[in-house]
Amino acid sequence: MDSVSLIFNVLAYLALAIFWVGVGYRLWVWAETPVPLKIPTTPAPETLSGVTARMAGEVVLFRSLFRGDKALWLGGWTFHGALLLILLKHLRYFLFPVPAWIAGLNHIGVYAGEFILIPLLFLLVRRFTLEQVRYISVLSDYLVLLLLIGIALTGLAMKFVAGVDVVAVKAFMLGIITLSPTAMPASTWFLFHFSLVLLLLVYFPFSKLLHAGGVFVSPTRNQRDDGRIRRYVNPWDYPAESGEVTTFGGG
Amino acid sequence: MADMKIEVPRLQRDAFADKQCHRAHADHMETINLPPELVDNWQQRALEKMEQLLGRYRSLRDYLDICVRCGSCADKCPFFLGTGDPKNMPVARAELLRKVYRYYFTAAGWLPDLGRAEPLTEEVLNEWYTYFYQCSECRRCSVFCPYGIDTAEITMAAREIMASIGVANKYITEVLANVYRTGNNIGIPAPAWADNLEFLEDDIQEDTGVDVKMPVDQEGADVLLVPPSADNFVNLDTMMGYGKVFHAAGISWTTATYASEAANFGLFLDFNNMKKVNKRIIDAARRLKVKRIVFGECGHAWRVALYMNTLNGPLDFLEVPNPIHCTEFTLDLLKRGAFKLDKSANDEYVVTYHDPCNIARAGGPLEPPRELIRASCNRFEEMPENTTRINTFCCGGGGGLLSDEHMDVRMAGAKMRAMAVQTTNANYLATMCAICKAQLKKVNTHYKLGVEVEGVHGLFGRALVLNGNQEV
Repeated sequence: MDSVSLIFNVLAYLALAIFWVGVGYRLWVWAETPVPLKIPTTPAPETLSGVTARMAGEVVLFRSLFRGDKALWLGGWTFHGALLLILLKHLRYFLFPVPAWIAGLNHIGVYAGEFILIPLLFLLVRRFTLEQVRYISVLSDYLVLLLLIGIALTGLAMKFVAGVDVVAVKAFMLGIITLSPTAMPASTWFLFHFSLVLLLLVYFPFSKLLHAGGVFVSPTRNQRDDGRIRRYVNPWDYPAESGEVTTFGGG
Repeated sequence: MADMKIEVPRLQRDAFADKQCHRAHADHMETINLPPELVDNWQQRALEKMEQLLGRYRSLRDYLDICVRCGSCADKCPFFLGTGDPKNMPVARAELLRKVYRYYFTAAGWLPDLGRAEPLTEEVLNEWYTYFYQCSECRRCSVFCPYGIDTAEITMAAREIMASIGVANKYITEVLANVYRTGNNIGIPAPAWADNLEFLEDDIQEDTGVDVKMPVDQEGADVLLVPPSADNFVNLDTMMGYGKVFHAAGISWTTATYASEAANFGLFLDFNNMKKVNKRIIDAARRLKVKRIVFGECGHAWRVALYMNTLNGPLDFLEVPNPIHCTEFTLDLLKRGAFKLDKSANDEYVVTYHDPCNIARAGGPLEPPRELIRASCNRFEEMPENTTRINTFCCGGGGGLLSDEHMDVRMAGAKMRAMAVQTTNANYLATMCAICKAQLKKVNTHYKLGVEVEGVHGLFGRALVLNGNQEV
């Protein structure tokens, strides 16, 4: 194996390790942090199936965002939809044999890759142009959008500028996930694309991109409004101090 | 009713930066077990408190972690819409705490410029004190956040951190100290509480010729009514309304001088005080051997009432469901035919209804007050849909902001509610929260709304015919 391939194999494992350990750690912290009180934003469902439906509405349809900002909803929802298609399309490089339904997504996946630039540019432009959003934006808000745009562009370049040997790409990816590293495909665009994706993986656990998991643990959305049906127990609460309340006035 | 058009103001940086509540007095702080003044090693103590809260509240940890600053909440906050101060946008308000969180508790602290991370300086503390006391914890932002981020959770945490190092506002701490001393927010001593109720008995007698009792500390009554103390003192129609309801339905009830207050300002300050203030209601219920606790017309009181079983339960000595909101209680009796009503008694009024934020977004009820209003008057008009129910706009005085020196903030925060009232023909603004009532009376004058502000039970009580009622 040449030295470039060696370096990128090492970087890939490093990035994957940071991604999984990082995301795992953050999920663990949320999971082990207690929820002392019932705080669903009401009206809220009283049953588990009701909560599941509410959460599905948030995760699949972005219902609250729709209520809040229609233009942003359109941009955000189409971005995430396109991203999902692109990720599914990319599974063909990791799976052997490739399931028929994933192979079938190839064309639409390419369209999604072109399309995704529209919502990404929309999200970026609105950060610059809307006074309120410009005020609240921090540097990383812009950088992460630029990173995603860079990933999309370098990906598309392999399709439209200089083709890449997809068999070699697949061999390389399979090599990584089966722990038998092989040579990297000889394509500059692939090198850029792959590097930016590694950067995204490393950045993910430290960033707001965690909203992907955080929405599921959000108490205002995932709690049942059943405080009067069954007693909810606060895990860290101390017993009510008896006697002390006699300091209150009155009868 | 169709939506109200909401004008989003241009940003006016620091427009309300110098609007601060008065700081707490040392004796009030001591009464409620908080440091009387800023402690010496405040920075370290604040960070320790923050770490403790991060470990205790998943909401806080999650909401500090995942905000993407999309801006969906930005133009939903009544205080931003009223002030134009960008730090009153919920996301920007939360960033005040978040930047400190990043600096000390996340890896982003290593690269402070990338994601705005800042140490906890005196300047930051001052900014916290300003803007976390320009939030009424109304939760309207949480409705529109794609992740349900509730800025009230962040404000509550920030206030608890500040309280732990001796920084709090005068209004909340004084009110809590009153509760410790007298059992209620206003500081009405037990004998005065009983006297006031006697006056109200006389008033009803004069008005209707019926002998309605307003009991105090009556052991063995079925129901303990816990109203906001303002109902005993200011919102008298509401208080008389409760009395008439119990009388007409023939239910034995009592108030308790030991728990002569539904409100719980601990919610606006810190967990320990919230728990203690809540416990005295349960102690009173045990002592008086009642079967049920009914809460009067108070918004945040109802929110804490719904926590009661968690905070100081189990409440197995009471009948379920428990607690009960007064409008649920009255509506249930109404449906069972307990009352005879004469709607024409309220014919002088065109009524509209303001949903208190803590009723609408922290547990309901939404429909019962409306049903009671419809049953007691002929003319009821809703405000626009984007200002009612889950979308309700805060009155501008909730969350412990209801003090005189904070009037500019209060009136700015009330702007959306005032505009919504102006879209109706109402001359009677009904609501069921003592804070809302006190605030909306000022708002009425300030924005020249031409309404009378009173409770749902005030309206209902007037329509209630006390002679010839059915047995339940």
